[in-house]
Amino acid sequence: MEASFSFERTETIARAVTTTRPSLTYWQDAWRRFKANPRSLISLYIIVTIGLFTLVGPWVWTINPMLQDLDQISVPPGADRRARVVEPHVRWAITETPWTTSTTQLAVIGEATTQAVRLAWNPVAGASGYRVYRDIAEPNSPDALGLPLTDIVNAKITGFEDRLDLKPRTYFYSVVALSSKGFELKEHATLAVEVTRVITVNEAIARGLSELDESSLIGETVYLDFHPLGTDYLGRDMLARLMHGARVSLFIGVVAPFIYVLIGILYGSIAGFVAGRWDQLLMRFADFVVALPFLLFMILFKIIFNTEPGESGIFAMLLAMILLSWPATARLVRGQILQIREEAYIGASRLLGAGSMYLILRHMIPNTMGVILVTLTFAVPGAIFTEAFLSFIGMGVAPPNPSWGSMCNEGIKTMLTAPHELVFPAVFISLTVLVFNLLGDGLRDALDTRMRSD
Amino acid sequence: MANSRTNKHAYVRYAVIRLIQGAITVWLIATATFFAMHNVPGDPLMDEKAVSPEIRKNLQAKYGLDRPLLEQYGIYLSNMIRGDFGISYAQENRSVNDIIREHFPVSAILGVLSIVFAALGGILFGALTAINRNRLPDIVIMFLVIMGISVPSFVFAALGQMTLVNVNAFLGVSILPVAGWGSVSHMIMPSLILGLGTMAFLTRLMRSSMLEIDNADYLRTAISKGLPPTRIFLRHQLRNAILPVITVLGPSIAAITTGGFVVELVFAIPGLGRYFVQAVQQSDYTVIMGTTVFYGAFLVFMVIVVDLLYGLVDPRVRLD
Repeated sequence: MEASFSFERTETIARAVTTTRPSLTYWQDAWRRFKANPRSLISLYIIVTIGLFTLVGPWVWTINPMLQDLDQISVPPGADRRARVVEPHVRWAITETPWTTSTTQLAVIGEATTQAVRLAWNPVAGASGYRVYRDIAEPNSPDALGLPLTDIVNAKITGFEDRLDLKPRTYFYSVVALSSKGFELKEHATLAVEVTRVITVNEAIARGLSELDESSLIGETVYLDFHPLGTDYLGRDMLARLMHGARVSLFIGVVAPFIYVLIGILYGSIAGFVAGRWDQLLMRFADFVVALPFLLFMILFKIIFNTEPGESGIFAMLLAMILLSWPATARLVRGQILQIREEAYIGASRLLGAGSMYLILRHMIPNTMGVILVTLTFAVPGAIFTEAFLSFIGMGVAPPNPSWGSMCNEGIKTMLTAPHELVFPAVFISLTVLVFNLLGDGLRDALDTRMRSD
Repeated sequence: MANSRTNKHAYVRYAVIRLIQGAITVWLIATATFFAMHNVPGDPLMDEKAVSPEIRKNLQAKYGLDRPLLEQYGIYLSNMIRGDFGISYAQENRSVNDIIREHFPVSAILGVLSIVFAALGGILFGALTAINRNRLPDIVIMFLVIMGISVPSFVFAALGQMTLVNVNAFLGVSILPVAGWGSVSHMIMPSLILGLGTMAFLTRLMRSSMLEIDNADYLRTAISKGLPPTRIFLRHQLRNAILPVITVLGPSIAAITTGGFVVELVFAIPGLGRYFVQAVQQSDYTVIMGTTVFYGAFLVFMVIVVDLLYGLVDPRVRLD
């Protein structure tokens, strides 16, 4: 029996040799960990959106943030923008013929518009004059009738034309009879008046609200300028102000930490390298700067640097923040450098003939980069807070330049009547600070597994 | 025995060194403030009504503004050592000492109340989240904490005030006053608001501190001994986890004093912070210098006191 063996060359199993995946660098690995965390990814998207809002926004929404729209002051978003076009105002010639009617004591003559409200009332027996009040809420006591508009000292005149800063809303007018000595008699009548918004022909044409010509425009309805997020107490567009304010707030919030972290890295690595006596001296100075009451000195520096009256004050704030904030990073970097210097891989590298420059660039900086990046991310919300605080107490950006903090400062004064003026800038500050905090958490978890938050 | 004596000795030495360092820092703050204020363009007499050169000269002589800068600095320092901060330029006949004496207690009460509130709340909520880790209370509280860290104090102040207005209007009676100062009911809302940010921060710290000791040997021992959970919690977990919270109380005091500026402005509280901001706006030199140095000294020594207390509480702390 002949044994026949046929040998065949087997295929080389290529796969067996490549069982491992390509090795990841530290940054690839960190990016993989970062991507796995939905919270940090979402906050990164929001930061990009806020960045676009700030940088691209003013190119798209080109309204001047300092332009005042006096017809629309403190209007909330989505307010009625309609205005009827009317002829220019003609003074109401009030005669001494008393107005009489049996049904009402007090009435509106003609139409109540933002141009004028014309009131007339029945004469009161024994009165020697009248006082007219206006209130924005229904008066509930005869002693609190609102804003006194006028005193009429002639008892025969029983009419009044109100032209004082009228807004499209409901007003409560009250008329009180005055005695011969000028005291208020008890008689008074109150009337609720709904005021509609009108605009004169000339103004409508001057502002380009309609393409119709003068004669056919009267009686038409035009739409006033559109303010998607409403206006502030001076009638300035909130959206435009938020965009321009973001430039100030984010500029300071990003640039100041960037510069002082850089200074801190330089200072800290010098201290870490030289070690010994010089290190002690440098770090004592850093300790001193840390001990300074931060916000008090921010305010002091602000006063010193802010010399020109017309300046916005951004530069002063930036400089003050940089001068006072670098030591924290310097301490951190110095600690890192001192620690890394003792690591075995530095010794190994040196043994293989690496020079100082190589050690710094190849080992020290990449190994502190993670910590530095995390510090930087957490420094941004801090700087935004500081800017907002200073602007809020009136020491920050000079008006009329908007910043989120100064907008909050202005908004807080009208928060009961027009809450949107406070809410929008406050939401922007909070959201920005929130996403930078979340990003910082995410970066910390991704870059340095030893520092994980939980 | 000998060991404890050397420890005590080291502690006293450490305390003395820290106090000397603190005094030097305060001196540097005073110097920096002095030269900073004298480099400010314009002078405090400029705001007054137009005065003749003679009157102006007299006023300058009265306040010593005509002397050389170094002499002014010498006078300023020697007065300050004697505890005299000078007289306000803007509010005639009112010494800075008076202003501090009258308004600092208000700020101090507000600050102490909010620190107490922040510390109690932070420890309580931090412990609560750590015990219920990854369960509903943890998730809810940690969400609120992130909000508390991200929302500026003036927004909280405004929201708090708005809430009070609406609640008072809704109930028809004033349960808490909206602004002002005077009674205990005036203090509640502002100190709550002022403490919120710090409380959020302390909650976070307390939580991670509790989780850190979760695997400690002494806890496992306590559990295996069969101690009741409340005793384990109070005697072992809480006591050990609280230490890091105490260390940050010093810096927290700084955060709360400056945060107080805003709350005092919003709630119309006559505290020192409000007067400081006012003095800055009126360029009232002496008040600015006086309050800055006073606040600076206060903060520096607060941090030292807290550090020293920490050394007493935790014997493991290295004194160097």
